[in-house]
Amino acid sequence: MQREPVRQIVSRSFALREHNIDTDQIIPARFLTVTERGSLGDACFRDWRFHADGSPKDHPLNRVDTQTHTILLAGDNFGCGSSREHAPWALWDFGVRAVITPRAGDIFKANAANNGLVVAEIDPAAHAALVEREDEEIRVDLEDLSVTSGNVRASFSLEPFARVCLMEGNDALGYILARQEEIARFEARRT
Amino acid sequence: MASAPQNKPRTLFDKLWDAHIVSPETADSPAILYVDLHLVHEVTSPQAFSALEARGIPVRRPDRTFATLDHSTPTTPRRKGQRPVYISPAAQMQVERLEENCRHHGIPLAGWGSPDRGIVHVMGPELGLTQPGMTIVCGDSHTSTHGAFGALAFGIGTTEVGHVLATQCLLQRKPKTMKVHVDGRLPNGVGAKDLILAIIAKIGAGGAAGHVIEYAGPAIEALSMEGRMTVCNMSIEAGARAGLIAPDEVTFSWLQGREYAPKGAAFEAARLKWRALRSDPEAEFDRVVTLDASRLAPMVTWGASPHMAGPVDMSVPAPNDGDAAKALAFMGFQPGETLLGEPVHTVFIGSCTNARLSDLREAALIMAGRHVKPGVRMLVVPGSERVRKAAEAEGLDAIFRTAGAEWREPGCSMCIAMNGDSGRPGELVVSTSNRNFAGRQGPGVRTVLASPATAAAAAVAGAITDPRRMMEMCGAA
Ligand code: SF4
Repeated sequence: MQREPVRQIVSRSFALREHNIDTDQIIPARFLTVTERGSLGDACFRDWRFHADGSPKDHPLNRVDTQTHTILLAGDNFGCGSSREHAPWALWDFGVRAVITPRAGDIFKANAANNGLVVAEIDPAAHAALVEREDEEIRVDLEDLSVTSGNVRASFSLEPFARVCLMEGNDALGYILARQEEIARFEARRT
Repeated sequence: MASAPQNKPRTLFDKLWDAHIVSPETADSPAILYVDLHLVHEVTSPQAFSALEARGIPVRRPDRTFATLDHSTPTTPRRKGQRPVYISPAAQMQVERLEENCRHHGIPLAGWGSPDRGIVHVMGPELGLTQPGMTIVCGDSHTSTHGAFGALAFGIGTTEVGHVLATQCLLQRKPKTMKVHVDGRLPNGVGAKDLILAIIAKIGAGGAAGHVIEYAGPAIEALSMEGRMTVCNMSIEAGARAGLIAPDEVTFSWLQGREYAPKGAAFEAARLKWRALRSDPEAEFDRVVTLDASRLAPMVTWGASPHMAGPVDMSVPAPNDGDAAKALAFMGFQPGETLLGEPVHTVFIGSCTNARLSDLREAALIMAGRHVKPGVRMLVVPGSERVRKAAEAEGLDAIFRTAGAEWREPGCSMCIAMNGDSGRPGELVVSTSNRNFAGRQGPGVRTVLASPATAAAAAVAGAITDPRRMMEMCGAA
């Protein structure tokens, strides 16, 4: 299935400085009863943004304009915890297109890549420098795997296959489906 | 890619990995890894089935797929024949969607009314679906539980659930390996839950990211299957991709006679094969962490991440970073204070970490002849229908009820609080589950993770307490 290809993301940033932001924070479990996709923007960081009665809290996330700010600078070990893919879905629906963090949870990273959300893991010092420049424009470039803002520049690595999928807007299922014969041979060999 | 020379010593993980490679990884593409068993539940699967429908493709191996209902299902006790009442129409729809998808694709489902139904990671092992040497995945991070049997088992996202449904395969890069070697013997009154909390406290919440952990050493070998599952279950809380324990006679005798385990001569043949599933003596790990079990005490968490844990009689540590400070502020604890005596509002015994029969026995031993402190609410939620039946057969339900606890229907319940079972804002919940993330058990709920014994003791005392004192009194320590 085709998605919009992503080659670079140029946008202003907003920061969540906390470390170990788990996927329960990104999307609380009570919103996981959805059976479709595309409606989780309001549920994104719900309990950080809203009181129990639904009224908004005074949280910076409620002042983010995601028309202009689509890059999230997040603390270390972002997206740890539950494997829920609803986390990258919710971030996407909220308007995030790239997450820059010193380190992201393994399953979160795979889920993000499968949904066109770029996760750039960069050196902690460069990350701190970007957080200092919160609100400034950042360029995340998948061609040369770099993150640049003003005189801050860092490189990141992306799993090469995921990178190609992102840049070409492909999903991985087509690739595995094309290997059905090999899979059948493997099955025959084992039984 | 050239395969590794035959004589190179391999870890257990290497052996499992090598045996499931349909096509090896290259610089450009990940390996294609074959999946032996795909476990499915209602929360992370609907969009995956929709993806298959959108492409018009069938489920490749419904016979290697097994589904259950656990997360969104109510646990409120019902009379026979009475229909479950869901927290919301959405929860009901999610369950019905899985029922439909299973019917449509011919996938076995342990649904309502099935004696097999249970939390996915309790059910798989107890049915003997989980076997040594397998690759097992599920759209759920605690799939690591099944690693206790020497299976490579890990959580995946919904897109990947779709990949496995469609192809029985996953694209994976080979993770790194970490050995956690635990020497010594756990002292009396200290169990598997305390051990894994201590391990996570040592490694950190992201310390094992990108790694598969193999737990080894005398203290691990001495654990029961249930204890091993508790340990492997929480591997993800250290960021690990999976947890593993080499199968041994404990594993084999646990499996023998289980519904889906091989029978008779086939079992003996399997046992011979399974014996080879251990790391070669000279095998190298990317990282090694060691721990001495004999120095451990019952553990509790003081913060909002499972690695923020210490012995039950510790003084709350001074925060060493902003997150610890924020966690302490959320929990309402002061650095230097002891948690002993901290008033508790709710106690939850349940989850895929600690809701097997042995866990309920551990809690019941403390509850027998005692009473839940007035004003404290205690929920006991068995991990599966089988656990419930076995517990009722030996009268554990009566012990809990007499003590003033609620005896519930099986399910995830307050572990994830998406079925209506939750704490109230501000409450302190002592929980045998695996995550104390802020709000995990309901908005504003403060969670302290602990073993079944420590949780039961907290229910009796109405406060955080060292369970060993109550164990001594009942001669169990
Ligand atoms: S009991 Fe908790 S951790 Fe286990 S599968 Fe259910 S929600 Fe997940």
